[in-house]
Amino acid sequence: MILELLSGISRFYVLHSFGFESREYAYFYYYSEALTTIGLYFALSSLYAHVLEELKVESYVRMAAVLLLAGTAVFSYLIVRQSAHLMSTKFVVEMSQNLYFVGLVLTYVLWGAILKLRETRTRLIQFVLSLGVLFSLFAANYAMRNLYPDLRWLWSSLPQLFDCFLPLAWCYTFLRIPEEARITPARLAVAPR
Amino acid sequence: MMAGIILVCSVVLFLQFFVFYCRSLIAVSAKQALSPEVQEVTGIQKTASGDDFQRVMQLLHLCPERREDRSGIQAIGVYFSLLNFLRATVARLVPSMHSWTESERGQCTYFAAVALERRISFSRDMLAQQMDA
Repeated sequence: MILELLSGISRFYVLHSFGFESREYAYFYYYSEALTTIGLYFALSSLYAHVLEELKVESYVRMAAVLLLAGTAVFSYLIVRQSAHLMSTKFVVEMSQNLYFVGLVLTYVLWGAILKLRETRTRLIQFVLSLGVLFSLFAANYAMRNLYPDLRWLWSSLPQLFDCFLPLAWCYTFLRIPEEARITPARLAVAPR
Repeated sequence: MMAGIILVCSVVLFLQFFVFYCRSLIAVSAKQALSPEVQEVTGIQKTASGDDFQRVMQLLHLCPERREDRSGIQAIGVYFSLLNFLRATVARLVPSMHSWTESERGQCTYFAAVALERRISFSRDMLAQQMDA
């Protein structure tokens, strides 16, 4: 959350100093986004460790997270390796894009684990669900950017809005939901019959 | 092709996560009882109706805003609009969906009433502090 906040403030500073159309802002935006995505990815892996804490698999979770991150980095490199021009920037963009989708899939698996293990801690459930919302918004935005590149101005503006969601949602959870609060996750997933 | 598949997956998962997130917010507020005066102001006794949502939201906007409440209230506002959309489309054809959307809309109103209760007590505390000072 602190990383999200710091990246938001520093992005605003660069935006204010150089302007939305500047190269400085574009570079800063993509590099800070990559760092934030990696931070969110590790936040997700720590949520995994919390959900699976009774199974005592924390070290395996950490190892799997690092391996998957390395795998995503290698996959992103293989995609961009042919472009000699701006390769590191393209790599950073590709890596963020892939990490959002990997994060989304992992969050969905974690939600499945929460339902299966009957995890009831309200705070933990809200952290996972809000992270799922954020990852899916970014993954959809990147997909739209690839499908409709002409509307680039729109797909570049939306992430600023999405970035506000997670700090606000987690603030709400920290301030409003007591640590001992419990809910039944299966009731959240009840479909109308 | 790949981007299209990713888009469809992301939108479907987004809708699921968003609905579950909103329902988790609602589930927490459903456990809180309303004070008699908020019951009187909002007209909500035990169960709330979705038709009162806009009125309760108007009352909510009359109170000083609290930053930590903002994301929850906005999320529930969007969820309420989504339910209205479902009510006007799919729920016309599926009767069980209609009763489900009605009950969810009612719970959204209850969430707004709980938020109103919090804002009223916050404003009252602020006033008391000013009086003491």
